[in-house]
Amino acid sequence: MTEIFGIPVAVILGQLMLGLVNGSFYAMLSLGLAVIFGLMGIVNFAHGAFYALGAFAALLGLQWFGVNYWAALVLAPLAVGLVGVAVERLLLRRLYGLDPLYGLLLTFGLALVIEGSLHQFFGASGQSYPVPRALQGVFNLGFMILPIYRAWVIAVSIAVCFGTWFVIERTRLGGTLRAATENAPLLQAFGVNVPLLVVATYGGGVALAALAGVLSAPVLLVTSGMGSSLVIVVFAVVVIGGMGSILGAIISGLALGIVEGFTKVIYPEASNVVVFVVMALVLIVRPAGLFGRE
Amino acid sequence: MRVAGVLYVLVAVFALCVPLLGIYPVFMMKLLCFAMFACAYNLLLGFSGMLSFGHAAFFGSSAYATAWLATAHGWGAVPAILAGMAVSAILGLVIGAIAIRRRGIYFAMITLALAQLTYFVCLEAPFTGGENGLQGVPRGTLFGLLQLNSDVAMYYLVLAAFVAVFLFVRRVVHSPFGQVLKAIRDNEPRAISLGYDVNRYRLVAFVLSATLAGLAGSLKALVLGFASLSDVLQANSGEVILMTLLGGTGTFFGPVVGAAIVVTLQEYLSDMVGGWVTVIIGAVFIACVLAFRRGIIGELAALHARRSDATSLDR
Repeated sequence: MTEIFGIPVAVILGQLMLGLVNGSFYAMLSLGLAVIFGLMGIVNFAHGAFYALGAFAALLGLQWFGVNYWAALVLAPLAVGLVGVAVERLLLRRLYGLDPLYGLLLTFGLALVIEGSLHQFFGASGQSYPVPRALQGVFNLGFMILPIYRAWVIAVSIAVCFGTWFVIERTRLGGTLRAATENAPLLQAFGVNVPLLVVATYGGGVALAALAGVLSAPVLLVTSGMGSSLVIVVFAVVVIGGMGSILGAIISGLALGIVEGFTKVIYPEASNVVVFVVMALVLIVRPAGLFGRE
Repeated sequence: MRVAGVLYVLVAVFALCVPLLGIYPVFMMKLLCFAMFACAYNLLLGFSGMLSFGHAAFFGSSAYATAWLATAHGWGAVPAILAGMAVSAILGLVIGAIAIRRRGIYFAMITLALAQLTYFVCLEAPFTGGENGLQGVPRGTLFGLLQLNSDVAMYYLVLAAFVAVFLFVRRVVHSPFGQVLKAIRDNEPRAISLGYDVNRYRLVAFVLSATLAGLAGSLKALVLGFASLSDVLQANSGEVILMTLLGGTGTFFGPVVGAAIVVTLQEYLSDMVGGWVTVIIGAVFIACVLAFRRGIIGELAALHARRSDATSLDR
């Protein structure tokens, strides 16, 4: 059997693979959003901008300083994470205790500043980032051809996502983090440095977005606007998954990537909107989201 | 109160005299359209406490509908505008019905996502002209009597529409319906326990706001002669939030002041600094949220209230 409904199986599998690659980015971004929201009550609209910043950091590191891909994988998230730390210290901390909508508005303004600046400095056209030599080429699986880099992206992001999940759900540090989410003043009374925890969480979530940006640089074009439409899709993913659940964010991210890839095969015109349609349907059936509690 | 009365008269006289003063009328019309948009938005954010991040969907869909009917089907100005408003009202009903199932930031994210859906529909639908949008929209005539190609005639039509929207929003807010909206905004559980069908009130407010935003979009399409993707873009939703926030949410004049500032900034700054406008808009957003959340008019009103408190204490 090489065709389903007149579409070659290899094409279907290829699109599903692409969908899974996108899904890995959704999962990493929505995971960061969920952790930041859980602790700080802030919906980080600038998440897409930090993702773009990560990709640019990798690209510029290569062009200006000859930093290779492997180093960029560590350095770019670190650099962007530090930017996140500065943002939390200088801007976001002034908003604690206010309506969470102000956090959304402030980070929206921040996204405009970051993306507008990238646009001014580097123009609107995309630049491509070379695939590192070790990850070039393809696996021939017999029934389909799998580019090695795509397999790498999926493997790394799944490892990172479940690593993060493990840290948060199964370690002492994660327990402290969850306690802070539940009742920060009480935790502070026990002598835990909550402001440090908050700034580390924001920096970490932002670094995760930047890591997704570095991973995406060789598969997608690096442009100033690469994060602005992505962040809206990720918001929809978060609404579908329910913001309270880390595992929910990961699973819905991956699943929606696959759904999107599948739509590209069956009805390409709808592939841009299918996530939003799924979101509307989920809201009608289960307003709290698939994994949400309310 | 007397100060406010004098201000109203001065603004009204200025607005009526604009064509005589040699101010570029198309600029003033654009400003008024966005002021209308911001007033419509304020009805939702300021008085009903719902932050929609997708109002460009209503502004844009109505602009597209009006532009399409006027160009492809030769409809006159008034029927094309009314049809545009009907489109945005229906879209408002659909998006509103889904979005009001959640509150606060979720509501914002849902409206944002559904507006993005609308954007893609406008990009890919067969009659919207794709990336180019619909251009060369004729202004037509007002009831077959008045040629709207004249900027002066069109200006007075837009001004009349703006005054109507401004007064309508005031009327709604001061009506019993508006009082219930404010009660829901301030204390939803209490409004529920008093027996109000909270979701119905929220939905009606949403549809009203969407429809008025549609009016603004339709008029903008006729004034500038085009409907394009920038009307439905997320950035447009962001700008109307900024206008309302900057001027003062929940004040009547705030959105008008905010719209005037933002449109003027865009018009004149883009000549001077080019693409940096986006960065500046973003910075104003941040400054607004950090430093003056009540907006210009809101801060002035608070200052005035403090002053009169102080004087009454003196006595």
